[in-house]
Amino acid sequence: MSSDGSSGSEFDRFRVTFFEECNEILADLEVHLTQLQSEALDVEGLNAVFRAAHSIKAGAGAFGFTRLVTFTHSFEALLDKLRDGVLEQTPQISDILIRGGDNLAELVAAAQEERELPEDFAAATLADIQDILQEGEVATDASPEASVTDAAPDTATGSGSATWQVVVTPGQDLFKNATEPLLLIRELAGLGELSTECNAGNLPSLRRMDPELSYLSWTFTLVSDCTKADIEEVFEFVDDTCLIEITQSSQAANPDAQSPAPDTQPAATPEPATAEPVATPQTVAAAKPTGPGAATSQSKPPQASSIRVDLNRIDRLVNTVGELVITQAMLSEEMAELAEHTGRQHIAGQEQLAALTRELQECVMAIRMQPVKSVFARMPRLVRDLSGKLGKKINLRMAGEHTEVDKTIIEELADPLTHMIRNSIDHGMEMPADRVAAGKSEEGTIDLSAAHVGGNIVISVMDDGAGINRERVLGKAIEKGIVAPDAHLSEHEIDELIFAPGFSTADSVTDISGRGVGMDVVRRNIMGIGGRIQVTSTPGRGTRFNLLIPLTLAVLDGMIVAVGDQRYILPITSIVESFRPEREQLRFLDDRTQVVSIRGEFIRIVKLCDLFNINKAVRDPASGLVVLVEVAGGGKVGITVDELIGQQQIVIKSLNDNFDPVEGISGATILGNGKVALILDIEQLAAMRASNGGRHFAGELGVLPGGAIVAAE
Amino acid sequence: MAKRALTVDDSKTMRDMVAFTLKGAGFDVLEAEDGVHALSVLKGQTVDVVITDINMPNMDGVSLVKELRAKPEFKSTPILILTTEGGDDKKASGRAAGATGWIVKPFAPDKLLSVVNKVCP
Repeated sequence: MSSDGSSGSEFDRFRVTFFEECNEILADLEVHLTQLQSEALDVEGLNAVFRAAHSIKAGAGAFGFTRLVTFTHSFEALLDKLRDGVLEQTPQISDILIRGGDNLAELVAAAQEERELPEDFAAATLADIQDILQEGEVATDASPEASVTDAAPDTATGSGSATWQVVVTPGQDLFKNATEPLLLIRELAGLGELSTECNAGNLPSLRRMDPELSYLSWTFTLVSDCTKADIEEVFEFVDDTCLIEITQSSQAANPDAQSPAPDTQPAATPEPATAEPVATPQTVAAAKPTGPGAATSQSKPPQASSIRVDLNRIDRLVNTVGELVITQAMLSEEMAELAEHTGRQHIAGQEQLAALTRELQECVMAIRMQPVKSVFARMPRLVRDLSGKLGKKINLRMAGEHTEVDKTIIEELADPLTHMIRNSIDHGMEMPADRVAAGKSEEGTIDLSAAHVGGNIVISVMDDGAGINRERVLGKAIEKGIVAPDAHLSEHEIDELIFAPGFSTADSVTDISGRGVGMDVVRRNIMGIGGRIQVTSTPGRGTRFNLLIPLTLAVLDGMIVAVGDQRYILPITSIVESFRPEREQLRFLDDRTQVVSIRGEFIRIVKLCDLFNINKAVRDPASGLVVLVEVAGGGKVGITVDELIGQQQIVIKSLNDNFDPVEGISGATILGNGKVALILDIEQLAAMRASNGGRHFAGELGVLPGGAIVAAE
Repeated sequence: MAKRALTVDDSKTMRDMVAFTLKGAGFDVLEAEDGVHALSVLKGQTVDVVITDINMPNMDGVSLVKELRAKPEFKSTPILILTTEGGDDKKASGRAAGATGWIVKPFAPDKLLSVVNKVCP
C-alpha cells in the first residue's frame, strides 16, 4: 500500500483548486473556531472542523506538502477523539484548536507561496496534541481492539523465484461486496506463473443453489519472485471474508529463505504498516467501533443544492447578458423611432423584452454574489488578538453578514476592513481604565455591519471609543505640510484629513496598525472598486466609518456626458455636483492651468477637449458645464463637458484585451444608439493634467481641502 | 462504450484528481459532492464503478455504500472507499457496509488505476 507523496507532479494542475478549496475551508473553520471562544462546539461543528482538517490533509498528501500532512494528521486525530466523545472539550483543548487553526492557515499559506517555515513551526501545538492524545490513550486503553485483522505485517521473505501455495476459501457472502474473484485471480497471475485448482466440492445442487452466494474455493500455485506481502495485497480487500493461507512450498532459487531479504521486512515487529510514526491511528481505531453512527442528522437533506462553476464561465455569461442588454436598448430605441413614423404606439412584446432582459441581468449578477460573511468572519479573531495584545477590552458585534456583494468586491474588501478595524482598536479605543474614567463601560464595542442601500452596499465600522483627536490630526497635517498653518478647516474637513495621502500618525505607528499603510490606502482601495468612504466622529463618543460600495464591478451607474461629438461616461459615485460657472469664478494660474472657485474653494479644471483633442467641443467652461468629481487620492477636480446627456446603468467592457492601456480611460460601453462611449478614469485624468505641466501647482491644488493654496517652492 | 465511474467527494480537489486519472484511462466520470447528491446522480442510471470519500456532509460514504447495496441495480457494482492511512476501522466499516475495496489517500494515479482495475471488470 504505497502512499506516494511524490505523485504530486501528475496532479499539479489541481493545486489551484486545492488552495482555493483550502481557503474556503479555512474561512469556514474560522467561523467554527470563533464560536469555540464562547462555547463548546456541537456535534455538527466538530464534524465540520474535522472535515476541514481531513480535506486539507487529503489534498496536501497528494501534492506532497508533508508538513501540512503531519500537522493535519495530528489535528484530525484530536478532533476525531472529541467527535467521538473520548475527549471532552476543555478550555485547554479549545485553546489548542484555536491555535491549531492558526497554524493550519499559516501552513497552507506557506505551501501556497512555496515558502519555508521554521523547523519548529507549530511544534508547540503538535506537542500539546500529542500529550492530550497520549493521556486519552491511557484512559481508553481498555477499550476493545478493533476486530479487524490488520493488513498483516510483512513476515514473509522472498527473493529470487519461489513457489507459493495460496489457498483461498471465500465465505459464502463473497459477492455481497461486489467482489469479482476472476479479477483477483487475474491479478495473482500477473505476479508470476500461476496454476489454479478450483475446488467445487461445496457446490450444491442447482435447485438448492443461491446464485448470490459463493461456493467455490481455490488452490493456487504461483511461481514468482514476489514477496508474501505482494500476494496478500492481491487479496487485501477480501481477507475479512476469505480464509487465505499462503505458504512457500519450495525455495527453488532461494535456499536461505530465512535470511531476511531486501528491505521491507520489519522482522518480528508486529506493528501495522503505517508510515507515519505518529502514535495515533491504533487508538483512533480502538475508539471508533461506532463508525458511521456518529454521523447523525444526515438522513434529512434540507440543503439547497449548489454547483461550482468556473468563474470564467460566469464572466462570459455576464458579458453576453451585457451584450443582450445593449442590444435590447438599441432595439427599443429603433422601435421608438419607428413608432414615430408609423404612428403605432405599442409594439407587442417590446416592454416585456425589456423587463425580461433586466430580470435576466439581475439573475446573472446574482450568481456572482456572495455574502460578506466570508470577510466578516475574519474579524472576531482580529479583534480578539489585537485587544489581547493591547490590553484593551473590546466586544465586536456584527450584523448583516448575509448581505451579498459581488465576489470580486468581497476579495477587495478584506484588506481595507482589516485595516479599519485595526485602526479603530489601536487609535479609537481607550484603555479600560481611561474608559471608566470617562464614565463609559470598561469594555468597548465595535459594531461592524453591512446592509443594502439602493444599488449599493453600506458597510460601517463604528466604535464607541475616544473619537478623532482633531487637534492632533490638524497639528500633524500642518506639520506634514498637508494643510497650510493658517487654514481654517471645518470639523468634518479635519476628520477627512486622516485619508490624506502621506498622513499617517507616525508617532503611533505600532505593530498593530502601522504597517506603513495609512487610511489613504484604505480610501484608494475602496475607490478602486468604485466605492467611497466617509468618516464621522464625535469626541469622547466614538468614530464611525461608512463604506459605500457598489454591488458589482460589471455594471456601473454612469453619467453620460457630451464633449463635441463624443460621449463619455463618468462614474456617478465620483460626481459631487455639476454647474455652469460664472466667468468671474474662473481664473488662470498660468497659461495652462485654470481653476474655478466655488464656495471659497479653488478647484482645478480638467479640459477633456484639450486632453483628448476634440475639435468641436465647447472650449469655454463658462459656456459649457463643469462636473465636480472626487479623486480617490483625495481632493477634487472639475471636468469640463458640453452637456450632460443622462444617467444610465452601463455595462463595463474592458479595453485591455485589445488595446494598450489608454491614459484617462478605464473601459468602454456601448450606448443604446450602438455607439461606443469611453468610461473616464478620474484618478488618471487628474494625474495626467498634473504631469502635463504646472505639475507642482496643479498637484498641490488638487488635494487642498480647505481652499488654502500652498505655492510650490 | 466507455466505462463510467462516479466519484463522490466533498472536496473538489479530490474529485478532480480522481476524474482526471480515470478520464486518462478512458472512463467517463460523473461527480457528486456527497452521498445524497450521489444517489440523485445515480437515479435512473448505473455506473461501472463508484469511488466515494467517507467523511462528507449530508450523507457519508459508508451510508452511501449501504444505500447503494440495498438497490438491486447496484448489488454488483464495485464500490471503492477513499480512506487515509491507518484508517483500518474505516476500511472495516466500509467493507461491512458492502464496499468492494478501498483506496488509501494520498494516492498516485497508477495506484488508483490499479485498484480500480482490481475490482472493475
